[in-house]
Amino acid sequence: MSVEVRVPTVLRPATGGVASVPAEGDTVGEVFEDLIGRHPGLKEQLLTDAGELHRHLNVFLNDDDIRYLGKLDAKVADGDTLTLMPAVAGGAL
Amino acid sequence: MLVIRKQDLQQIFSHALDGYPLEVCGLLVGTETVPSPAGQPEDQAAVDRLRQRSDAGLQASGNPHEAEPGKPPAAAFVELVVATENVAGSSRVYEIAPKALLQVDRLAESRGFQIVGVYHSHTHTEAKPSPTDIAKAPDPYWHYVLVSLRDVHPALRSWKIEGGKIEEEKVVVKW
Repeated sequence: MSVEVRVPTVLRPATGGVASVPAEGDTVGEVFEDLIGRHPGLKEQLLTDAGELHRHLNVFLNDDDIRYLGKLDAKVADGDTLTLMPAVAGGAL
Repeated sequence: MLVIRKQDLQQIFSHALDGYPLEVCGLLVGTETVPSPAGQPEDQAAVDRLRQRSDAGLQASGNPHEAEPGKPPAAAFVELVVATENVAGSSRVYEIAPKALLQVDRLAESRGFQIVGVYHSHTHTEAKPSPTDIAKAPDPYWHYVLVSLRDVHPALRSWKIEGGKIEEEKVVVKW
């Protein structure tokens, strides 16, 4: 399956400044593997040492957060869009 | 440098006051210029636009932050302020729901813009990034606007946060 991966500005140094890159795979995990193969600088940004999704990263498969779709096991279809977004939080503490 | 319309500033102040005593948050949508390593802006048109706006007699506030000589400033032009829910529901921390972030990102893209920063209020402390703000800052390219409600009059300041360091930037108000 071929999907479009949308990359936020914070991760674009790893994609040569490109905002949208193609990747292949049948699951989000496989897409990430392919993506990291093409852009190795993304590895630390996407996955923990244990191979799990970073807590500060949000990943949407089309309109849905993959945390509710099986995380890295979520199935993707041809033409789907994966959107990567940073978690946005802070506060006075 | 952050260029923002007066009405958008007022929207941020109103949101902060309406949300008191809780912290409020929202996203800044617009355009951004980023100096390339060669010192040339990626978006010359946007820099030209900044010069035109500056020539039109803008009012400036905040601490002046001059770009290095020979380098254009990294400037954001706020075209739209989008209030978002603070899903933390707290007077001390804020968090934007991932889904809201996605929606605003798509709204920005549909209008030819991007998310250029985030604003939030501090109800009892100054308009300066806290250790939490610094630790959690998601993107060094973003502009971080802080509104303080500590004093009688709300105060607004804008910051860049990168690698655990903060730097205040000029806020230019377009009347």
